[in-house]
Amino acid sequence: MSDMDLLLWARGPGLGMAVAIFLFGMTLRLFEIYSLGRKRDLSTPRSNSPGSGWRTIYARSLPHADTWRRSALTIIAGFVFHIGLFIVLLFLLPHIELIRALTGLSWPALPTPLIDLVTVITLISLIVILVHRLMDPVKRFLSGFGDYLVWTVTFLPLLTGYMAYHHLLLDYTLLLALHILSAELLLVVFPFTKLTHTFTLFIARWYNGDIAARKGVAS
Amino acid sequence: MADETLLDILKRRGISRRSFLQFCAATTSLLALPPSMAAVVAESLGKVRRPAVIWLSFQECTGCTESLTRAHSPSIESLIFDAISLDYHHTLQAASGHAAEEAREQSMKADWGNYLLIVDGSIPLKDGGVYSTIAGISNLQMLEEAAAGAAAIVAVGTCAAFGGLPHARPNPTGAVAVSDIIKDKPIINVPGCPPVPAVMVGVLAHYLTFGSLPDLDALGRPRAFYGESIHDRCYRRPFYDQGKFAKTFDDAGARDGWCLFELGCKGPTTHNACATTKWNGGTSWPVQSGHGCIGCSEPDFWDAGGFYKALSTPVDSVTGAATAALAVGAAAGVAIGIANRQRKARARAEHQTVTIADLEK
Repeated sequence: MSDMDLLLWARGPGLGMAVAIFLFGMTLRLFEIYSLGRKRDLSTPRSNSPGSGWRTIYARSLPHADTWRRSALTIIAGFVFHIGLFIVLLFLLPHIELIRALTGLSWPALPTPLIDLVTVITLISLIVILVHRLMDPVKRFLSGFGDYLVWTVTFLPLLTGYMAYHHLLLDYTLLLALHILSAELLLVVFPFTKLTHTFTLFIARWYNGDIAARKGVAS
Repeated sequence: MADETLLDILKRRGISRRSFLQFCAATTSLLALPPSMAAVVAESLGKVRRPAVIWLSFQECTGCTESLTRAHSPSIESLIFDAISLDYHHTLQAASGHAAEEAREQSMKADWGNYLLIVDGSIPLKDGGVYSTIAGISNLQMLEEAAAGAAAIVAVGTCAAFGGLPHARPNPTGAVAVSDIIKDKPIINVPGCPPVPAVMVGVLAHYLTFGSLPDLDALGRPRAFYGESIHDRCYRRPFYDQGKFAKTFDDAGARDGWCLFELGCKGPTTHNACATTKWNGGTSWPVQSGHGCIGCSEPDFWDAGGFYKALSTPVDSVTGAATAALAVGAAAGVAIGIANRQRKARARAEHQTVTIADLEK
């Protein structure tokens, strides 16, 4: 199998399978989670505070003063890598072209050297996060196979993309194929790991904020 | 005449020694050899005594021959072809029919083990190779016979190198490349649809000078010409880096020479010398004329998802698979949801209340 064969498989059948597994898994998970439902709350709400759920979504994105003091590194590296990941994912032209081919939506791209810089920063912050996870006794105790798997499948697309752009070690065609395959691995693993937080996070926050308001601690 | 060297022939054709040395220096630099090698190239090439070359044309369009021979003005490149003893070539030879086949057989016999075999076109294997025959001989049989006595084989064009257009899905003739059939001879792939003439001549010059194959990449292509991608050598590359892209073939960006990535340019994954040697005597090349690279020197370029689709987009539509996955996922999710609710209902129904009296029993 030549590098081009691998690339064409990644852009063809591989992509089809990865997208299918991702959509199948995520639809199943979301239906499964939300069909569980909650018992109807028959008590009178303690505070009438509409919009508490929405405010909580925003408020919990800001670090609490005490948390900030204890875990500044986790917060900074976490924010940097999430924002960096989204900039790279959404503003590199080839990615926009992919999104346009799949959905018809498109927007202007950022200059490639800027994306390159953001990629480096994101890669460094991911490494910092991993090292901290391994060094910190509490984090290490709380981490399992799934957590390291999620880190790996997030790290690989960024690394292979960076290597492809700079022609590091391997030929560009092979690196591009590996880059697409690593993104497909991310899609395949996505619904069955903690990566689902992408979809559940804000809904869970809204629910917490709303239920807290009913109990008298509106945000 | 038979003892004439290449330099003698070129002199007779009015090519000065100075022009010849210039050509040798240019070819040496094209081959990425050190400048000091130019003298060696000139000396060896000048002394070459008409090596026998057999050119087999199989499933092809003659575009490769056109590219290599139809220069607007007689060039040293085209005269090199006069200097080799091209004993058999469908398009260029005067003989036809049995006389032509006889010439091929005679040449093979006379130079057994020493002639250079050039092949353009793919070889059909399906249904006993009936889809392409010459004088009743299948391409497969002719290739195997001719390859047995060849010193080396040059697969010219993407069809001979990788299967090319005849190999494109659904490949009705079962077309394959030369390297899929011949395993025991040195093969140089010179892909391109057609290949750059200077590349072809460079490969010949290298073989004639050193009597050996140039340094080849994993796909059997000379690294000197196929070592770098079109994208890396493209004069429009700065626009890619700046994020400036032509959206259509006639917008302001296209007129300003912006990058053609969005219009389907396959430059990033294509290895060829177009961006540096250009075409038609250095006049222009596809990207310079405003059209993206179609990746013609790479395997399966016909099946790479369309010439006008960006490199990062899907080769095949994923809509069908995506819709099916959503439907199956939703159905499975609803089924699990129903099962969960039933389990809860069952647990509620089987729930037994315990009173103080029960505990005191």
